[in-house]
Amino acid sequence: MTAQTFQRIPPRPAPVKTGGAIAWIRANLFGGRTTTLSTLAIGAILLWYLPQFFNWAVFEAVWLPDADACHAAGVGACWGVVAEKYRIIIFGRYPFGEQWRPLVATLLMLALLIASCTRMFWRPSLAVLWIAVLSVFFWLMYGNAFGLTKVETDRWGGLPLTILLSSLSIVMAFPLAVLVALGRRSELPAIRSFCTIYVELIRGVPLISVLFMASFMFPLFMPPGLSIDVLVRVLLGITLFAAAYLAEVIRGGLQAIPKSQVEAAATLGLSYWQTQRKIVLPQALAIVVPGIINSFISTFKDTSLVTVVSLYELTGALSLALNSDADWRPYKIEGYLFIALIYFVFCFSMSRYSRWIEKQVNKGNQR
Amino acid sequence: MSEPIITFDKVNKWYGDDFHVLRDIDMQVAPGERIVICGPSGSGKSTLIRCINRLEEHQQGRLIVDGIELSDDVKATDQVRKKVGMVFQQFNLFPHLTVLENLTLSPMWVSKMPKKEAEEKAMQQLERVQIAEQAHKYPLQLSGGQQQRVAIARALCLTPKIMLFDEPTSALDPEMIKEVLDVIVELAEQGITMLCVTHEMGFAKAVADRVIFMDQGQIVEQNTPHEFFQHPQNERSRDFLSKILGH
Repeated sequence: MTAQTFQRIPPRPAPVKTGGAIAWIRANLFGGRTTTLSTLAIGAILLWYLPQFFNWAVFEAVWLPDADACHAAGVGACWGVVAEKYRIIIFGRYPFGEQWRPLVATLLMLALLIASCTRMFWRPSLAVLWIAVLSVFFWLMYGNAFGLTKVETDRWGGLPLTILLSSLSIVMAFPLAVLVALGRRSELPAIRSFCTIYVELIRGVPLISVLFMASFMFPLFMPPGLSIDVLVRVLLGITLFAAAYLAEVIRGGLQAIPKSQVEAAATLGLSYWQTQRKIVLPQALAIVVPGIINSFISTFKDTSLVTVVSLYELTGALSLALNSDADWRPYKIEGYLFIALIYFVFCFSMSRYSRWIEKQVNKGNQR
Repeated sequence: MSEPIITFDKVNKWYGDDFHVLRDIDMQVAPGERIVICGPSGSGKSTLIRCINRLEEHQQGRLIVDGIELSDDVKATDQVRKKVGMVFQQFNLFPHLTVLENLTLSPMWVSKMPKKEAEEKAMQQLERVQIAEQAHKYPLQLSGGQQQRVAIARALCLTPKIMLFDEPTSALDPEMIKEVLDVIVELAEQGITMLCVTHEMGFAKAVADRVIFMDQGQIVEQNTPHEFFQHPQNERSRDFLSKILGH
């Protein structure tokens, strides 16, 4: 039998195009009987409700801060409430004349947060930047130095407070959570049980009770004469709470790293901490980025609970703004939609950032 | 025989209370000696070589590696690990690091070598296993054979006196086995002490000074490859050889 020569068949393009808008619509909206029916049903509902919603929200809405017009018109949304009350909603009980201070402080803080999220700033000097910006933030907010009048922390409120509480508790909770997650897998029984008890205790109680304890019970146990500001106590409470949940997310990632990675690091002579820092944590954290961001978003929204201990962050400030004013009290829905939009902008940005971060950290897994 | 570089003196190990995985192991390895360890699965051969860099702890007997006795003393373990390189069946490269970063990790963080020097050294080792052009790729972008060669280069970056191979070709596609064995053969010719758990009998014949056959946690027979394959002394070895050479 004679050997055959290898005949190469050149590659050809696929016969039906799978890209493009029409192909997408056909495949995703009218792909089969069920899909077509649900597309039509959802389309009908949207056609029915969207015009009504836009009528209420846009075409028949009152945009000016005029309570009489809102009462008279009666059909549309009264966005005038936002125009009238936005300074109290955003800055809470902060002295009206000094509100440029929280504004500048918040903008600085936002700039810092955005910088921290960009690759360019991922270097040790970022810590210095944090300390500098936080110092300026506290100086602007608290004053009592360099020509600024003193504003007690119980007057702080609104968006600056929300951003301060959530960003600081997230930044402090993260390293704590990493340590607790490692501790729960430690070979030393004392460390392991301590971390386990911490996580289970915190997870066993609602955040509200942690906040109550931080706010009302904790001072009872302090030596007389020594008092810690309620804002600091609440901040620590949220941090401890967030860290417990985050620790479990991170532990999930640690479990996913095969023992063989640790063995390989051991044969190369790496110490425990070198192994965790260089080999285990980078891979474990990369796996649980979605869970971590989930925790961050939760923490951000959970800060709205500090109202119960009389700190008026964004949500609290809204109630503060409307409850005291009979003219505007009926327009809470508009007010809530406004702060919902603010919350959404922050949470959605975090979600998008999570997607980007996932791409960054998963480079090694792209074949 | 010169002073042995590895000495097992009545070494015993158990997994849990009941599974006696290493039983009264007595063995000496001379510097530069090349040893192939074979035996049925579960015979303790992987455990044996994993004791040498203390990935597994022995519970009885003495185990001395290049003059250092392995014990609970962490310093002794660290000392030994600097002298012993290991290559695993599943490569165990670090997937989040590039090939070059995999190689420079230990020199930079354990030996505190400057980055530039570590990279030069790493590139030399990559040349040695003929894979220098892949230095900036990630491990999962390489074929199995290439990954295993990177793993060998990574172990060599420690400048080890002893190399341990734990079934280095068992996870490879048949057409890649040769490229990895060629690299190991070349290393063997350069006089490094080498212990290799493998079922590649052709390889054993070509490079080993001694073949050790294990079964049920014991060393059943040890001999030169020629004698071992031609005239196995023990019925267990004969049975094993007939199974793996018979197909």
